[in-house]
Amino acid sequence: MHFSLSNEMMREIIMDHYQNPRNKREESDPSYQTVYMDSTSCIDKIYIQIKVEDGIFKDVCWHGNGCAISTASTSIMSELLKGKTIDEGNKIIDNYFNMIHEKPYDPEVLDEAVVFMNTSRQPSRIKCATISFRGVRRILGGNEDE
Amino acid sequence: MNIEEIRKLFPMITNNSQKKLVYFDNAATTFKPQCVIDKEVEYYTFYCANTHRGDYDIAYQADTHYDEARKIVAKFINATKKEVVFTSGDSMSLNLIAFGLIHLLKKDDEILVSVLEHASCLLPWYKVCDIVGCKIKFIEVDENGNITPENLKKAMTNKTKIVSLAHVGNVLGNVNDVKALAKIAHENNALFICDGAQSAPHMKIDVKELDVDFFTFSGHKCYGPTGIGVLYGKYELLEKLEPYQLGGGMNASFDMCGNVKYLYPPEKFEAGTQNIAGAIGLARALEFLLDIGMDNIYQYENELKKYCVSKMKELDNVELYNSNTPTGIVAFNIKGVFAQDGASLFNRYGICVRSGEHCAKLIHNFLGVDQTIRASFCFYNTKEEIDYFIEICKKGGDFLDAFFA
Repeated sequence: MHFSLSNEMMREIIMDHYQNPRNKREESDPSYQTVYMDSTSCIDKIYIQIKVEDGIFKDVCWHGNGCAISTASTSIMSELLKGKTIDEGNKIIDNYFNMIHEKPYDPEVLDEAVVFMNTSRQPSRIKCATISFRGVRRILGGNEDE
Repeated sequence: MNIEEIRKLFPMITNNSQKKLVYFDNAATTFKPQCVIDKEVEYYTFYCANTHRGDYDIAYQADTHYDEARKIVAKFINATKKEVVFTSGDSMSLNLIAFGLIHLLKKDDEILVSVLEHASCLLPWYKVCDIVGCKIKFIEVDENGNITPENLKKAMTNKTKIVSLAHVGNVLGNVNDVKALAKIAHENNALFICDGAQSAPHMKIDVKELDVDFFTFSGHKCYGPTGIGVLYGKYELLEKLEPYQLGGGMNASFDMCGNVKYLYPPEKFEAGTQNIAGAIGLARALEFLLDIGMDNIYQYENELKKYCVSKMKELDNVELYNSNTPTGIVAFNIKGVFAQDGASLFNRYGICVRSGEHCAKLIHNFLGVDQTIRASFCFYNTKEEIDYFIEICKKGGDFLDAFFA
């Protein structure tokens, strides 16, 4: 079903998440784990906060500033991981990285995140499209290589 | 100055002539003319030997070329050969000065800088302040981003020991009146350090006329190789400056009791095998610039800047931050578009510009915005390229096009 998404629809989804980002708030509750993501290759500055309980992403939120691609992908990531188990989350992140690098992936688990399937054609935007997924990986302690 | 002929000398331009490539990131680094590339290759393919004390012909040749390179650099900035130290780049030059002056600084001394400075002109001083207990103070900047002599005077106190400023700002392209500023520093017995990273490639530099104590720049922004830079210092100050890298090639003698005698400057600062090919390549680049003429370069780049500003002012979707500065840097945003999205749009059409804070992370204190797009011109750019760039500026609102191209 996802493959039927037209460029126009993908564009609308990205713009919607850019202009109305989901789960964008700063959480002061100390039970959240926070990671600050920036890099020299990218001017985004994004804080990702997650609360894990019983092996489940109880909550995912974020704050900071970024470009359209990083903002929209972070917003989509936050909706995608919320309520999932750590294992499911890791599977999503692996599939997302695979999609970004044009390796085989399962579009079903990525849901709306498939709107970033074109990123590999704009290599300078890969860091933007993966910033929040790498952030979650850093918190979980897994492999951050896309 | 025949731009079409000059463009043919740059393989990055001729090799990319089949696709659209408009390079407007010259403040970050510049393309290299073939003669510079050839000169580096010449070292590696004809007299590849280490400098200092080689007892054979090709080592003597390497020594001679390295020495000749230093002479050419000296000529380029009107210094004497012994006042020119080769470094890895502008950042190393500035670090060398900061750490080399530590022994002359004490607690509560003041170091004057501005919010427009590049990180490499600020962070070494932050560290020195941590170590020594001296203080950083910021000089007020005027509406064009300049440090005026009046504002420097206001910031000076009897504790001011160092004034460290860029000659040309790397975000706004403003030109400071360094001669007047250095004079004020000297009247107050402070040293004046001039970061020339953005001036040396674009205007005539005369360190004697400017009367600065130190002047630094990078090779790669001057159409030379990466990994090579220059530190100029007045000789008596180079004698006082401590080396922060020690090793072979910089000592005269040492014994088992820990006694070391250094060589005289500039060798005192050149420990280890130097970037010999880089130095030789840089000298070739500077000769290339001198052949074109620094005044010609300045004038032409100023013309490009004025042309671009006049065209951009006709657009209502562009916010321009430095229309009055004379050098070839344009800092702007497309209204409502995050700078990086804007830069990606330009990339989609083959235009290389840079987005972000441009290593001057305090500049939002002046501009009121965090991120800008910077287009920076040099003498191989043309008005036709600017016309094309203006057409893409107009497409600003369609920035996601870049992502779905």
